[in-house]
Amino acid sequence: MNAIVELRALSRRFHGPASQPVLDRIDLTIAPGEFVALLGRSGSGKTTLLRTLAGLDPVTEGKARLPQRRAVVFQEPRLLPWKPVWENVALGLPGSLGATRGHALRALREVELAHRAQAWPLTLSGGEAQRTGLARALVRDPELLLLDEPFASLDALTRLRMQSLVGELWQAHQPAVLLVTHDVEEALLLADRVLVLAQGRLIEDVSVPLPRPRRRAAADFDALRLRLLGALGVDEDGNDAAKAA
Amino acid sequence: MSGQAIAATASPSATPARAPRRGPPLHRRLINVRRFLVPVLLVILWQLAADVGLISTRLLAPPAAIASAAWELIASGELPYHLLVSLQRVAIGLAIALTARVSLGLIAGLSKLGEDAVDATLQMLRALPFLALVPLFILWLGIGEATKIALVALGATFPIYLTLFGGIRGVDPKLLEAGRILGLNRAEQIRHIILPGALPQALVGLRYALGTAWLSLVVGEQINATAGIGFLVMDAREFLRTDIILVGLVVYALLGLGADQLVRALERRTLAWRPSLIREA
Ligand SMILES: Nc1ncnc2c1ncn2[C@@H]1O[C@H](COP(=O)(O)OP(=O)(O)O)[C@@H](O)[C@H]1O
Ligand SMILES: [Mg+2]
Repeated sequence: MNAIVELRALSRRFHGPASQPVLDRIDLTIAPGEFVALLGRSGSGKTTLLRTLAGLDPVTEGKARLPQRRAVVFQEPRLLPWKPVWENVALGLPGSLGATRGHALRALREVELAHRAQAWPLTLSGGEAQRTGLARALVRDPELLLLDEPFASLDALTRLRMQSLVGELWQAHQPAVLLVTHDVEEALLLADRVLVLAQGRLIEDVSVPLPRPRRRAAADFDALRLRLLGALGVDEDGNDAAKAA
Repeated sequence: MSGQAIAATASPSATPARAPRRGPPLHRRLINVRRFLVPVLLVILWQLAADVGLISTRLLAPPAAIASAAWELIASGELPYHLLVSLQRVAIGLAIALTARVSLGLIAGLSKLGEDAVDATLQMLRALPFLALVPLFILWLGIGEATKIALVALGATFPIYLTLFGGIRGVDPKLLEAGRILGLNRAEQIRHIILPGALPQALVGLRYALGTAWLSLVVGEQINATAGIGFLVMDAREFLRTDIILVGLVVYALLGLGADQLVRALERRTLAWRPSLIREA
């Protein structure tokens, strides 16, 4: 089969071979161009899973097959403050700086940041910095785009704009996406498939067959939302379901 | 967020107040004038005291005599010659210190093994006041140029090494990780992330290094020299020419100031990305 990501019985422990695993025999396949959202409570191991998919952490238990071209947007922008925005985007591209400049500027145009190409990163707003991070990922033409809560530290309005921007960029470039988030609605707005991680296992794997663009108000949207909230162990009012029971 | 990167790379001491790049506003210029007022007044008082005989001109030449001595030394070409000799010693010594310690700083900063091998040794050596090595240097290297340059190099060494090492260790590992996933190899990581990240600290070190380099130069040139500002001063002492001695001191002070300005200019150029500078631009 033509999966672009394939994890088989992948486990990850941080405190020796006998310790409680953070990821416990995870099986996961992602198809080319598929948009997958990963939900989970804080500390459930979402970042750990994403780092494995990024190839940042070694695979010690289980198997992982990853595509060649991977790109990551982290929760903090991780831009080099001593390089102007466009050089940050061009960083690591093959070829001379002059040759990569055009690619970088095109990517910046796509995230509507062409006018900030020469700016120093520390002068960017939070949203601009994350868009730079997106441009830096996109310019590599990734087969797999990994987003680790990229909108978490943005204000609500900026977050909405970034969400639709990510949706558009995904449709234009068709990379496979894994979006880590703790926001159920964000997952349902963007993803083809939503996973829920708890106790090191993927306890939910739900397809989202809703037509795009999606509306929060739709009835089937709400049904999925409640199901996912349930899987996260939270009821509709945000109370901890396990405690309430 | 990105603020972390700054906190990691810039120490508080690395952000002194800086004059704006061009055209300071009028009130800033007035403040500058005010800062020079007291020193100028003191010089005038000193001259007056000498004129009325309060200060023995034999022990301390008055400002006018110093100025005319300076003029004579410049006109005769003596001062430029000795200045050049001194500057050359500092330049060579600093160049040696820079190359040696940048490589050592990199070795120690980039690997645990390097840290164990280099850092502990240098930290131990640092406990020794380097001027105490003068007798040994004279025995090993004679009383010629080598000793003077070695002293300058040694004096400049520790500030450069220490701040570079600290700067490298302070580079945000998250940035390095980002570099890794962007496909940078080790050499590119050093060039694009580690060295620029360590630069603010390293420049602070360079400024200290220049300070100690002058100090070592003064000591070195007073051991036994036939040229250089120090020689000029020692030679003048033989003839009780306090005016020339004071010219030498003024030159040392100006050199120190000039070096400081040089590093500041370097900082403005290379650290333009820092918020404190961005705001002024
Ligand atoms: N490098 C590490 N060393 C030790 N423990 C870690 C490390 N990284 C993550 N963990 C632990 O693994 C668990 C999952 O972390 P993480 O994947 O960051 O969660 P999430 O991203 O879902 O909030 C946490 O308990 C965390 O303390
Ligand atoms: Mg996380």
